[in-house]
Amino acid sequence: MATSRKSPIQRQDRSPAAVKVEGLSKSYGSQEVLHDVSFNVEPGEIFVIMGPSGSGKSVLLRHIAGLEVPTRGKLDINGFNPTLPETRDQFALALVFQSGALLNSLSVYDNLALYPHEHRLCPQKDLRDRVMRALRILSIEHAVQKMPAELSGGMRKRVAIARALVMEPQLLLYDEPTSELDPIMAATIAEIIATLREEYAVTSIVVSHDRDLSLTIADRFALMQGGQLHSVAPPGEFQKSTDPIITEFLNPQINLQNPRFKSLETSS
Amino acid sequence: MNRINNFLEAFGAGVIMTWRAFAMLPAAPRILKRITEQGFLIGYTSLPIIGILCFFMGSVLALQAGISLREFGAKEFIGALVGASMARELGPVMVAIILAGRVGSAVTAELASMRVNSEIDALTTMNIPPERLLVLPRLLAVILVMPVLTMLANLIGWFGGAVVCEYVGFIGLSADEFFRNLQSYVSFSDVMDGLIKAEVFGIVVMIISCNTGLRTQGGPREIGLAVTKSVVLSLIAILTLDYFITKLLA
Ligand SMILES: Nc1ncnc2c1ncn2[C@@H]1O[C@H](COP(=O)(O)OP(=O)(O)OP(=O)(O)O)[C@@H](O)[C@H]1O
Ligand SMILES: [Mg+2]
Repeated sequence: MATSRKSPIQRQDRSPAAVKVEGLSKSYGSQEVLHDVSFNVEPGEIFVIMGPSGSGKSVLLRHIAGLEVPTRGKLDINGFNPTLPETRDQFALALVFQSGALLNSLSVYDNLALYPHEHRLCPQKDLRDRVMRALRILSIEHAVQKMPAELSGGMRKRVAIARALVMEPQLLLYDEPTSELDPIMAATIAEIIATLREEYAVTSIVVSHDRDLSLTIADRFALMQGGQLHSVAPPGEFQKSTDPIITEFLNPQINLQNPRFKSLETSS
Repeated sequence: MNRINNFLEAFGAGVIMTWRAFAMLPAAPRILKRITEQGFLIGYTSLPIIGILCFFMGSVLALQAGISLREFGAKEFIGALVGASMARELGPVMVAIILAGRVGSAVTAELASMRVNSEIDALTTMNIPPERLLVLPRLLAVILVMPVLTMLANLIGWFGGAVVCEYVGFIGLSADEFFRNLQSYVSFSDVMDGLIKAEVFGIVVMIISCNTGLRTQGGPREIGLAVTKSVVLSLIAILTLDYFITKLLA
């Protein structure tokens, strides 16, 4: 583990990572949360995953980030198993957690500086610039000295995204990056995700409930349903699809006379 | 059966965690700041209680010895008795118990809440091993601080004994006589044995606290349970180890 000294980012061959998932299944106790999930993400691609709440999207991302060990199946990043500490330094990966997962004992600045500092990615004098640049991109530079507990939910999310940007990863995983943000900030996030691919050569996997964002930035689009990948296709094909599951998910009808709730009212 | 399984699993995880942390020892000079921070924190939080408890521990020992030895007319040995029991037994054990209650519980709570809030996961994805960032500095700090705290505890305990001898009428032994007797009977190796004990206790308490914290799963309730568990485990470990180390050093 002393090998973690060699920095993953200063390597000359830094290029976007490829992700390969084969027959991935995961059970917690007797509950199967992921069932036989297979897909590939090409280097530099923006791969968007949508799906109902509880369908296993976060669990899938945690597997790709190497935080969970599959019950069955295989998963690799550039050919390396992400769960093994020995091969973790072979690629640089960042996960924007659904909850942000900032280190509560460190200030915003220290949260962002931690990764470059620990991996000695840049000289001390450049560190501040690097951190401030990331904060500025997310218009949150005024909070640099604040502690995470002093931030609002959306601010915390933006700091978490900034922390991922500072890492300059080859693979960026976002778990609902826009869920707590206002529409303007959500659009900014969409722009950031799209721009990063051009500027930093990064592969992105985005889990999102935001249909417009997803359809705008996605190269390919996957719908998860009950722990399985229902379908994977470019967004254009998705919008043309006649599959009732897809059309209902993309264009939910709001029915104020929904009989389900009528029965709730009368039964109480 | 399940409990034994859980215990063995936790034990194994603790061994692996410790091994990983010490494997990162070459990084120690770079985390000097974190080590000193933790060291001060440990000393700072525990020293006041150590002072109060050990002062009264020494006093009570002297008082009890005074009552018992009065009948044999052997009161001049109070110094030897208080000196040796503080140095060999009570000093290290008291410091370890306070470490478990005051520092260990806080460490478990902190690491457990980091685990529950996905902060540990975030570190893992950043390829920053929690063993290096969180465990190693604490282990090294406790290794550095334990002998100092124990020595202070001994001195304060001895002082407490001397005060009682000087001021409690029926004992009738001056502080001077107390210290002279202490000096002639308490050997350097008595003190050293105590320091070795303290060092072992300190390391074990810190390993238990870190390991229990890092292995926590669930929510706020589990954080509370983890703290209780780590303190109880630490106390059991301290007293069990105390017996075996004493036997080994005898
Ligand atoms: N550690 C765990 N232990 C047991 N079950 C879990 C665990 N983590 C997730 N699950 C279960 O896995 C299922 C999928 O959870 P997941 O968090 O992946 O949903 P999601 O698709 O991200 O939903 P959302 O859109 O609400 O975030 C849920 O039924 C959840 O109860
Ligand atoms: Mg989720």
